[in-house]
Amino acid sequence: MSRSAFCSSGSNLVPKTTEALNPLNRPKKHHYLNGRQRTNLYQKNHRASKVLAYYGLRSPPYKLDALEPYMSQRTLEMHWGEHHGGYIDALNKQLAKNDLLYGCTLEELIKVTYNNGNPLPEFNNAAQVWNHDFFWESMQPGGGSSPILGLLQQIEKDFGSFTNFREKFIDAALKLFGSGWVWLVLKREEKHLAIVKTSNAVNPLVWNDIPILNLDMWEHAYYLDYKNDKAKYANVFMNHLVSWNAAMARMARAQAFVNLGEPKIPVA
Amino acid sequence: MALRTLVTRKALGNSVAFRQQLRGLQTHTLPDLPYDYGALEPAISGEIMQLHHQKHHQTYVTNFNKALEQLDDAINKGDSPTVVKLQSAIKFNGGGHINHSIFWKNLAPVREGGGEPPKGSLGWAIDNHFGSLEALVQKMNADGAGLQGSGWVWLGLDKEMKRLVVETTANQDPLVTKGSSLVPLLGIDVWEHAYYLQYKNVRPDYLKNIWKVINWKYASDIYEKECP
Repeated sequence: MSRSAFCSSGSNLVPKTTEALNPLNRPKKHHYLNGRQRTNLYQKNHRASKVLAYYGLRSPPYKLDALEPYMSQRTLEMHWGEHHGGYIDALNKQLAKNDLLYGCTLEELIKVTYNNGNPLPEFNNAAQVWNHDFFWESMQPGGGSSPILGLLQQIEKDFGSFTNFREKFIDAALKLFGSGWVWLVLKREEKHLAIVKTSNAVNPLVWNDIPILNLDMWEHAYYLDYKNDKAKYANVFMNHLVSWNAAMARMARAQAFVNLGEPKIPVA
Repeated sequence: MALRTLVTRKALGNSVAFRQQLRGLQTHTLPDLPYDYGALEPAISGEIMQLHHQKHHQTYVTNFNKALEQLDDAINKGDSPTVVKLQSAIKFNGGGHINHSIFWKNLAPVREGGGEPPKGSLGWAIDNHFGSLEALVQKMNADGAGLQGSGWVWLGLDKEMKRLVVETTANQDPLVTKGSSLVPLLGIDVWEHAYYLQYKNVRPDYLKNIWKVINWKYASDIYEKECP
């Protein structure tokens, strides 16, 4: 019944940085006059100081009008302010009532509440918060073009060519039924890149894969700018919005966890 | 002889409908709205109605026809993997066509009876089962607002148990996917495209206002037909 049991039973690949800060987790070694009394006092104090916000709304790494004319300021204001902000508020409200989930990192929370396919009510909000954080960072003003160096090599290895990858990605976006996301992921087991479609709030973290890029295909992401023209939105994303810088950084980090083979070192 | 038929076929154009009819396949077409696009204002804007009908519903119809043609091909060739693979496209696009066709009939301008509460046996059944019309509306609004992602909220009739039910379906799943004896009386589209341009992300406002243009006469007719 302790919350730390809940969270640490999740993936052990996620760094548990918050546990050190969590008051409930500090070892009860010193300063006790009467051990039991001290603990009770401690717990009482914790409940007395009600924590009202567990996760905060992170801003996109650019101003809300920076993606014009490809993604309007109005869309960013609605999508980030209302939708993304709404998920944060809803999540904080749910966590206020649920002591068991306190203290998880967002990624741990997603894996725990996914519950192997039978999601708890917090899953939708937690996953959507993460998905949107990831989405803002997957775009940049002046984005588009193509990756270089290692990521480009890996894409060419796994998809044949960058053009082929781009076609498959956009095709996935158009073939998605209903609300969802399209991802470029690095699959941990298979050790290669893949394009994955997910419904609603699901993301590849629940299968322990490493996301490199995502594209929001919920209608609210493009309706104000493109109405029902999904093809135009997906193409604009690829041509003008996608941040290969972010993707390359994530790929570099991913390689700390997934061995993609020896680099080709030329023999002298 | 075969060559001649081939030539004339090509010369007659590539229209999907023509090819399908040549095979005896039923083609589906976009039904007309029984009212103007702007007739449901201010509950639903004319812009939304036009996009919803001419773009979204039309796309479902087109893709449904395409999927059916591919299915017919696969069946004739005995290509089972393709037959199974096409099922999701048929469910999605076919469901979209079915659901939206019902939806247009579920709505009516105020001056044609939109928003008028149901009378007769349906009104009585609603009071009996839900307590009051307000209670039903509240339940459907709550379920509709709580639906995550895209889908529909339905008032249905279980024709075997002769009971009214409120159900939600995901994406474009028709009501029958929740029960083979369920008949849709009323469906409300809660996909974002149904309200976003007007209500933005405030789905509850859309749900509150749509009742002003709900066509209870259609629902009553279906109900009386199933439960005489």
